[in-house]
This record gives sequence, structure tokens and C-alpha cells, in this order.
Amino acid sequence: MVDMTSSQPARKGDTTLGHIAYVLKDNPVTMLAFAMLAFFLGCAFFGPALVPYDPLATNAARALEAPSWDHWFGTDNLGRDVFSRVIVATRLDLTISVAAVALSFVVGSILGSIAGYWGGWLDAVLNRCLDTIMAFPLFVLAMGVVAALGNTVENIIYATAIINIPFYARLVRAEVNIRRNAGFAQAAKLAGNSDLRVLAVHIFPNALPPMMVQVSLNLGWAILNAAGLSFIGLGVRPPTPEWGIMVAEGANFIVSGEWWLAVFPGLWLMLAVFTFNLLGDGLRDIVDPRKRT
Amino acid sequence: MLSIKDLSVAFKTRKGEVNAVRGISLDVGKGETLGIVGESGSGKSVTSYALMRILDAGGEIRTGDVSYGGIDLRAASERDMRDIRGREISMIFQNPRAALNPIRRVGHQVEDVLIRHAQATRQDAKTKAIAALEAVKINDAAARYEAYPFELSGGMCQRIVIAIALACKPQLLIADEPTTGLDITTQKAVMDLVGALAKERGMGMILITHDLGLASQYCDRIVVMKDGLIVEEGAPGMLFTDPQHPYTRKLVDATPRLGASIRNLLPPDARSPEPEHKVHTRPLLEVRDLVKTYPGKAGPVQAVKGISFDIKAGQSLGLVGESGSGKSTTSEMVVRLQDPTSGNILFEGHDIASTPSGKFMRHPVRRNIQMVFQDATDSLNPRGTAASAIAEPLARIDRMRGAKLESRVSELADLVGLPQPLLSRYPHQLSGGQKARVGIARAIALEPKLLILDEPTAALDVSIQALVLNLLVDLRAQMGMSYLFVSHDLNVVRLLCDEVLVMKQGEIVDRGPTASVMDKPSHPYTRALIEAAPQPPEPVAA
Repeated sequence: MVDMTSSQPARKGDTTLGHIAYVLKDNPVTMLAFAMLAFFLGCAFFGPALVPYDPLATNAARALEAPSWDHWFGTDNLGRDVFSRVIVATRLDLTISVAAVALSFVVGSILGSIAGYWGGWLDAVLNRCLDTIMAFPLFVLAMGVVAALGNTVENIIYATAIINIPFYARLVRAEVNIRRNAGFAQAAKLAGNSDLRVLAVHIFPNALPPMMVQVSLNLGWAILNAAGLSFIGLGVRPPTPEWGIMVAEGANFIVSGEWWLAVFPGLWLMLAVFTFNLLGDGLRDIVDPRKRT
Repeated sequence: MLSIKDLSVAFKTRKGEVNAVRGISLDVGKGETLGIVGESGSGKSVTSYALMRILDAGGEIRTGDVSYGGIDLRAASERDMRDIRGREISMIFQNPRAALNPIRRVGHQVEDVLIRHAQATRQDAKTKAIAALEAVKINDAAARYEAYPFELSGGMCQRIVIAIALACKPQLLIADEPTTGLDITTQKAVMDLVGALAKERGMGMILITHDLGLASQYCDRIVVMKDGLIVEEGAPGMLFTDPQHPYTRKLVDATPRLGASIRNLLPPDARSPEPEHKVHTRPLLEVRDLVKTYPGKAGPVQAVKGISFDIKAGQSLGLVGESGSGKSTTSEMVVRLQDPTSGNILFEGHDIASTPSGKFMRHPVRRNIQMVFQDATDSLNPRGTAASAIAEPLARIDRMRGAKLESRVSELADLVGLPQPLLSRYPHQLSGGQKARVGIARAIALEPKLLILDEPTAALDVSIQALVLNLLVDLRAQMGMSYLFVSHDLNVVRLLCDEVLVMKQGEIVDRGPTASVMDKPSHPYTRALIEAAPQPPEPVAA
């Protein structure tokens, strides 16, 4: 119906940047998500240099002040500026979630690709291992890992990565499995590609669009997970600024009316998770060549 | 009985509106069989969806009247339409497996429609359902009643779909490509059955197909559609012997048929003389006692049972058979994508079956045996451009890079008639015929000595098929390649191949020079295949 037989050259929008611009223009929600992502990235990179106060400097004279022009988000029980702490914490929280998701993406993709492509006993063994991980309540597993390995940022990253691996592995396994005998995979073998190359260069990239949705959801979960671990005292230690600890410490003061201690870090946490959840569809459209009509 | 006047249908898409049907009028009388013939995108299916009011989202009837036995189908409420569908007008779809619910016993699916239209009560539904299955000549209908769709063959599934469509004794049946994807003998059985039932019940029928030969055999009247318009209408014999519209003439010409050479499929002004190809006596490929056994649930299954054949240098060998005959398994073993269980494959005298398929990509013979796949869409990586697909074998096996690679790719594109600007496009931006050309360009990039063609035109429209077949003939003469042409379509094999092998259940049942096998078939199975192929009436010489 649509005339595809005309022999015009590919249009300008076919460059990668042009395609990204097209996806953003096509969907205002994606545009908003990317704008918010840019804001958070800006906070992470430049935040520590721009904030008005040292996030660790205490000032007993101005403890527990309500939000004002001096202290936008108020001050905490030690007189530290909540706004500065919230902004500075962005870098740590984003680092944890991005590193954890990247790790589980890589490991999950490798395991899932192997299981999906070669199948057989390899597939069975890998699947049972992943089932074992999934059988635990994931947050409890993460707690266990951090408690066993010790209370450091790296261990939070490892714990968060481990609980996310099964999601990636299963998704990749399914996507690879349906394509392992596809015509283009066979054609790639005839063109002199080894099995490994066919898998890595031809089949795996086709799994990327659904993976991107998973990545963006996971980024949100990972932030929540890291904050959750910190909240119960198993993550980053005070006085390091981190949203989870700040909510945990601030929670004690809500009863006595100092709401700003918990609400602002909580709000930032919520906005970050919200951003990543909105990002999914946009990321998928960007990596899917079929959207390039 | 059914009358369509000035119907037009438009779809809203991202690029604006597309007029799929642009003002067509047609009538179907009681008991008449009308054929709607056209190529993909001609609007033939959309017409039938519009009159059943089951258009996809975004589709809308713009103008026109559709009336069935005095009822205005365009104005009827959705509730009335639900009563009409299945009871008055029924439809058979292209893919019978997709049309059946995979997790429900087929008998129950027949009962559903009977109960929905109050043709049966819960008590007698089973008896009536079995009677409906018997009506479509299903043997042992009481046992089949309990079967799930996956337990039945494609032809059997299509019979169930027909049983469901005809269960409530509709007055009009719309069959949308009912036999595409079925074997040629199954196609004949299904079409004969539908034809006989229509006659017996005095039922009107609309047969929608791209196959002019099939339509002419089973229809009383044919309309030819192109780009949403009816370009010609008439009796099948008239259309074939004296097509008025140039498009009809092109379709008639492009339909493979007895007595036509491969160049006759092209429009008259494009018929250059057919190039000769030289067949040497030296064998290029020798296959000896090839066996392939798969482990099955109920013991091992022999897909290929010890076959032997030769392909001489420059020769084109046709491999004919129906699904399950082992022809695809054989071709995959020859192209070294699968390992035979036993037997030898000699290429220019050297055994190539001893290298396992997983290691064959480094074998020096890899470049000499290439393949064109059946489904052009499936055989191109959706994430790669046309140019990258053609470049792949050159870059991997010949280690070609940079400007040299680019110029070779554009040279190949010229060779297969693919316009240069299309090279930067992704597969979903190309038409079926263009994708087929990309697949052929990729396969001939390394100038292989043997090219395996696995039904390369099965998914293409006839006019595109004519172009692709002629391209293959030209390439064969130019490059001196041998072809192993795998197909179920004898008319196509006849046009292209010097010799032919007929396979059935893993064995070669008939072999010999194409002309003698086709004209004087010795084996009953070959005869059945030839008789099942729809034979269009002879057109007058152009």
C-alpha cells in the first residue's frame, strides 16, 4: 500500500542523531524524560562544584531550620544544608545504579545469549541457577550479600547487579532463541561467520529494543534498592550524603514536625525513578531500526 | 445477492492517508463464484474486510454502498453484523493455524460457532459439530473432534477452518488466499472440496487470490484489481485469451504455464533472447547415500533416506517435493548448514561432509557453495542496511575493505538490478522483490560455483517472480554457476532446470531430464503433482 518501490535515497533523518531528534519530537513524554535525565546527569557531574554549602559542614547554630532563602530545603539536626546534600548525593546514587545495571546487563546478556543459542544442558543448568536467584525475595538476597561481603559501595553494586541478572538473562535467552535459526543467522554463517560471531554481531543486537525497556526500569529499581539498603543501615554510611540514609535519618524528625529532612531526598529519589521509568519507550525507539521509516 | 457500489476505503498512517480501495463496484450472484485477483497491495483483502466491517484500526469506509440481500451492511449495527458474520457471510483466512485457537480442541471450536448462532443446543452440539467435520471430508471425524490444532497437518487445519466457516450454512463464503502456504496436492484437495460444497449448497463465493491460474480454474467470473481499482472484469477464459487491460496482460504473461519459455513471462518489450548456459560433463557435486536422522519422541525419524545424485558443472538441477519430503533438509546438508548422519558429499571430487558444519566457515569450499533463502525478509538482518548484507561475505571471506568493498557492492547491486540509492536502506524499507535481489546479490558476491535456491520466489508476486527468475537465468549464463533449485512449483522448475529430482518422504522417487519427467511422468506421485498444479487456459500468442 505504501509505495516503497520509489528509488529515492535514504532521507536526512536516517543519521543516528537525526533519528534521535525524530523520536524525541514524536513523543513529548520521551522529551520530558530525556530533559529530566539531562538535569540529573548535570547534578551528578557539576553538582558538587555548584552547591552553596559543603554537604558535610555542620553548623550547630542553625540546626533544624525550616526551608528559607538561605537554605532552600532547610537544614538537618547537625545544621547541614539539605539542598546541598540532596544534589551532591545524585552522583553517588546514579553511580551505584548505572554501575549495577551495566554489570547485570553485561553478565545477563552473556549468560542469556549462551543459553539461548546453544541450548541443551548448558541452557538447563543456567536456567536452574537463575531460578535459584529468583526464588529468594530479591531485597533480602541483596541484604544478605551486602551483610556477608561488607558494607561498601562496591558491594552494594554487586548485590544490586546479582539480583537483576536473571531478568536480563531470561529476556536475552528468549530473544536469541527465537532467532538462532532465522534466515539471516544462517546467511551469516554462509558468509563465513563463526557461531560466536553470528551470535554477537548478528543475533544479539536484535534483542536490544526490549532490553532498553528493561534497562530503564532497572535503573529506577536499582536506585530504590541502593537507597533501601542504606535506609536499613546496610549501605552507604553516614555522614556520606545519600538519599536513602537521608530519608532514614530524617524519618526520626517527621513526628516532631521537621518534615523537610525526609521529604526532599524522598522527592528526589521519586523523581529519579520516575525519569528512568519514562525513559524506556524512548530508548527502545532509538535502538530499533524499524522505527526509521 | 451481494452488491458493492463505489466502495472506497482509506487508512490513516503516520505519513498521512493511504487510499487502499478507490471506488470499486462489484456484484456476486447467488451460487456464483467470483475471483478477485491482484498482487500485494492491490486492495483485494481490504475490500473483503470492509464488507465484513472488520477493518484494522485506522481503516475507514469513505464512500460507497455495500448491500447484502437487501441489508445495508454499512449502516447495520455492530450487533446485527455479529449475527451476519458466520451465519450469512463466512470467511476463510490465509493461515489456518493462526485462525484456530491453539489450546482448544477443534471440535469445541466448531461447536462455539454453532451455539453462537443458535444452530445447536448444548445437547446436540457435539453431533452437529461432528457432522460439520464430516461435511468437509475429514476421516474419522469423531476422533478428530478431540484433536488440538497442533496435532493436525496444515491441510487438515484448513479443513477445520472451512468446517467452522460453513457450519451455519452461510449464503456467501469469502476465501482469502485459502491455499497459500499449503502443498500443491493439498491445495487441489481443499479447492475441490470448497468448490463442491459451494455447488452442493448453492452458496456464493468470493475467492481472493494472487494466483490467476487458480482463480481461472475455480471461478465463474474474475475481477482484476490494481492499486485499489478494478482494472478488468470477465470470464476466466476471456481474461486469459484476450486480456484488455495492459496490467491483466502483464499478469497473464507472468503466470508460469505450459508452453511458455522463461522470457515469455516478461512483458513483450522486455523479451531479450534467452542466454544459453553451458553444461559440462564433469560433475561439480556428487552426493552419495546421504542420510539424515533426527531423534524424535517416538524413536528416530529419518528425514532423508540415503539419496544419491550429481550436479554437473553449469547444470541446473530442480529438487521438487512437498513439505516433509526432505528437500529442505537435503539442501541444508549440501550447503553445509547441517551435518548428515551418514553419506558423502563430494565437491569437485573432495569430500566436504567430513568437516562439521560448525567449522565449515573456514573451509576453502565455503565461498563456492552459497544459498538464496526462501523468505527474503527473514534472511536479512533487520538491523543492517542492504549494503551491509551484500558486503558481509566479501568482508568476512575475502577480507575486502574500504573503497574496494564499496565499489564491489555497488557493482553487485547493478548486476541484480537493485537501484544504487536503495543500498543505504534497511530491510523494512524495501519491497519484497527488492529484498529478494539483495539476497541474490549477497549469495553471488563471492562468485560461487554452486548456488542453492530454496524456493526463492515463493513469497513474491507473479510479476516480481517473473523478473527474479529471468535475473537468475541471466546470472547463470554470465557467471557459469550451477543451480540446485528447490521448489514445490513444477511450472517454475520446468522453466529453469535441466534435470529434475522428485522427492517424497526422504526418497527420490523420480528423476531425469526436466522435459521427459514433466511430459511423461513415470511415477504416480510425479503425475499427481503435475495434475494438481492449476493450469491456466492457453493465452493467444502475444
